[in-house]
Amino acid sequence: MSFYGLVDGSDSSLRNCLKQLPGVDQVGAEARAAMLATRSIKTTSKAWAIDTAISMVDLTTLEGADTPGKVQALCSKAFRPDPTDLAVPHVGAVCVYNDMVGIAREHLDSIGAQELPVAAVSTAFPSGRASMQVKLQDTEDAIVAGAAEIDMVIDRGAFLSGRLIEVFEEIVAIREVCGDRAHLKVILETGELVTLDNVRKASYLAMLAGADFIKTSTGKVAPAATAPVVLVMLEAVRDFYDLTKVRIGVKPAGGIRTTKDAIKQLVLVNETAGPEWLNPSLFRIGASALLNDLLMQRMKMSDGYYASPNYVTID
Amino acid sequence: MNFEYAAAPESRSVVKIDPVYGHFINGKWVNGSAHFNSINPATEEVLSSIALGSTADVDAAVKAARNAFDKSWSKLSGRERGKYLFRIARIMQERAREFAVLETLDNGKPIRESRDVDVPLAAAHFFYHAGWADKLEYAGVETTTTPHGVVGQIIPWNFPLLMLAWKVAPALATGNTVVLKPAETTSLTALLFAQVCQQAGLPDGVVNIVTGDGSTGSAIVNHPGIDKIAFTGSTEVGKLIARAVASTNKSLTLELGGKGANIVFGDAAIDETVEGIVNGIFFNQGHVCCAGSRLILQESIADEVLEKLKRRMDKIRVGDPLDKNTDLGAINSAEQLAKIRELTAAGEAEGAGRWSTNCVMPDKGFWFAPTIFTGVTQAHRIAREEIFGPVLSVLTFRTPAEAIEKANNTPFGLSAGIWSEKGSNILWATQQLRAGVIWANTFNKFDPTSPFGGYKESGWGREGGRHGLSAYLKGSAK
Repeated sequence: MSFYGLVDGSDSSLRNCLKQLPGVDQVGAEARAAMLATRSIKTTSKAWAIDTAISMVDLTTLEGADTPGKVQALCSKAFRPDPTDLAVPHVGAVCVYNDMVGIAREHLDSIGAQELPVAAVSTAFPSGRASMQVKLQDTEDAIVAGAAEIDMVIDRGAFLSGRLIEVFEEIVAIREVCGDRAHLKVILETGELVTLDNVRKASYLAMLAGADFIKTSTGKVAPAATAPVVLVMLEAVRDFYDLTKVRIGVKPAGGIRTTKDAIKQLVLVNETAGPEWLNPSLFRIGASALLNDLLMQRMKMSDGYYASPNYVTID
Repeated sequence: MNFEYAAAPESRSVVKIDPVYGHFINGKWVNGSAHFNSINPATEEVLSSIALGSTADVDAAVKAARNAFDKSWSKLSGRERGKYLFRIARIMQERAREFAVLETLDNGKPIRESRDVDVPLAAAHFFYHAGWADKLEYAGVETTTTPHGVVGQIIPWNFPLLMLAWKVAPALATGNTVVLKPAETTSLTALLFAQVCQQAGLPDGVVNIVTGDGSTGSAIVNHPGIDKIAFTGSTEVGKLIARAVASTNKSLTLELGGKGANIVFGDAAIDETVEGIVNGIFFNQGHVCCAGSRLILQESIADEVLEKLKRRMDKIRVGDPLDKNTDLGAINSAEQLAKIRELTAAGEAEGAGRWSTNCVMPDKGFWFAPTIFTGVTQAHRIAREEIFGPVLSVLTFRTPAEAIEKANNTPFGLSAGIWSEKGSNILWATQQLRAGVIWANTFNKFDPTSPFGGYKESGWGREGGRHGLSAYLKGSAK
């Protein structure tokens, strides 16, 4: 098999390919991310950024205590984030555990939100500690239940111990299950990869294996989507496009709670990967609390004052 | 989708600019006899009328400084001097926004840089030297701990307030009094600093500020009542000053021009290297004596680095310096713009490949698009002369020895940069390079604790750190 003509699926070709990646200087990457965080986004550009960010949210609930009722409420909110203002765009997707996929899909269809995809966290999320058989079945179940996007986790243990081919083959196998039926997002769990060199290497590994999106984190491990990590991943998709003419998406998730955080992410995208990535098909933000802050800032921009949190729905 | 950043200008209401300024002599404002205009280089708007210091003005300032040295400043303990310096540093921090906006208006540099670099660093220099004032015996300097007396200081227009801090803070910490002349085009923050001296209750005459042009500077250099000259500026003027003081008892430190080599080895972390190249040459419009103005790339990665560099350069936001999102502001003066144009025209005439970004520049004011020249050889003027603008000359090398040879093949020796992921490579290269400041995997990083200065025609002496103290102290301790 050929993966973009860059590796042939063998251990040695994968190793050679990843070895050629330039290093990441942590101090320099942090400095660049910090500089971009000083961008001042005001007035019209802020209004645009808020709506764009809303359209990119993967509205997420990943709790053991999730109930069908909570998931249905989340779906309603995803489709009409502000029931009093229909100009607010719907979010990018609803992201839930496997067993909630059917409930979410059914509810979205019933409220006329057929175009809003359901994303399922799969492959023994969040730890990825299960047999291959279980992971494949987990993915298949989610797709059958109506998931159009699969958020899989990589085996960090294998990656960190240098068994890169195992991680690669696992992604390839899940990719095969997804086929044309579902988009594949690969969660690197950068908080466990620790170094930016690892983030770059894992990003390429996932892209080569067939990821449609690379995603920072499960949201269960801190630190999650830090600016330097997102910067390095955006550089990776930009450079991968130069090599292959294929655009891979990026999804930061975890720790992005405020409008300010979200706008900083958009600035990173704009000045690193470029404006082509400022699109829900290529950039998503995995979040739950963020949406309400975006809505409150949106109201503030139109009304001129901060409303009480009682004016946005809690779910 | 296009993410346009709406204008985000810093308000200029925080600064109050007088229509006319005099000199600050003996703690008072003294009217000048002649004046010249100071303009905002981004708009060509006249900001104020600045006094042109005459020989008589300089003489009055020197007398005031001598009097202050004899009667008050030299009588104070180090601890008392330190208290004044701490006070000045704190006031500078409190009035940071005022300083930043004024610097940007007068100099043309982006508010992001004056706010995040110039002003905080200037305050840091005062804090750092305030700490030394009562500890000179323990600084390990090879001089005595006796001050010279009256020092004459002439500073450039590229970092007006920061260069003032580099000069004034160590002079006062070591017990000297000061006659300072800011650059002709950028006097305003020095005049605001005079107000800070008043606010801090600094004894009259300890800091005197005489504004003016080259003739005023010459009057300072040639004044017999001055014990030491400290100059930052062009090598050309530095040589004139060295000649002028050669037959006198004056001490002299010079911080002059540069043609910094930024060497990129094949194993460098490319994305961060590209950031470092941009920071090295486009920081402060390239108006930086230690700018990394010669990029020396290893052949094996030259194409990749240049491609990424051009893409990154296209993101540089050129325009209103007061806009918080501006990366590259205005060229400081029409004269400097003419000099940049002359040298870049020479680069084209000599056959180097020119590439500039497609940025839209304002109609008024002095602007120059970020530019690189490829295919530059050692024989080109743009590889030898200091352009002092946003213009990068790119050369390539094959072996590390060739990189060093090219880097050192210049009359200057102020700064150099090395980009490599290999520690041994960095250590080897730093030993070979003839430059006073060498950065590894970073560029244009400044800190008051770190001595700064040049080899060869880039200057004499060091500023900052413990080494910088000795320049303001007399003789040898042995």
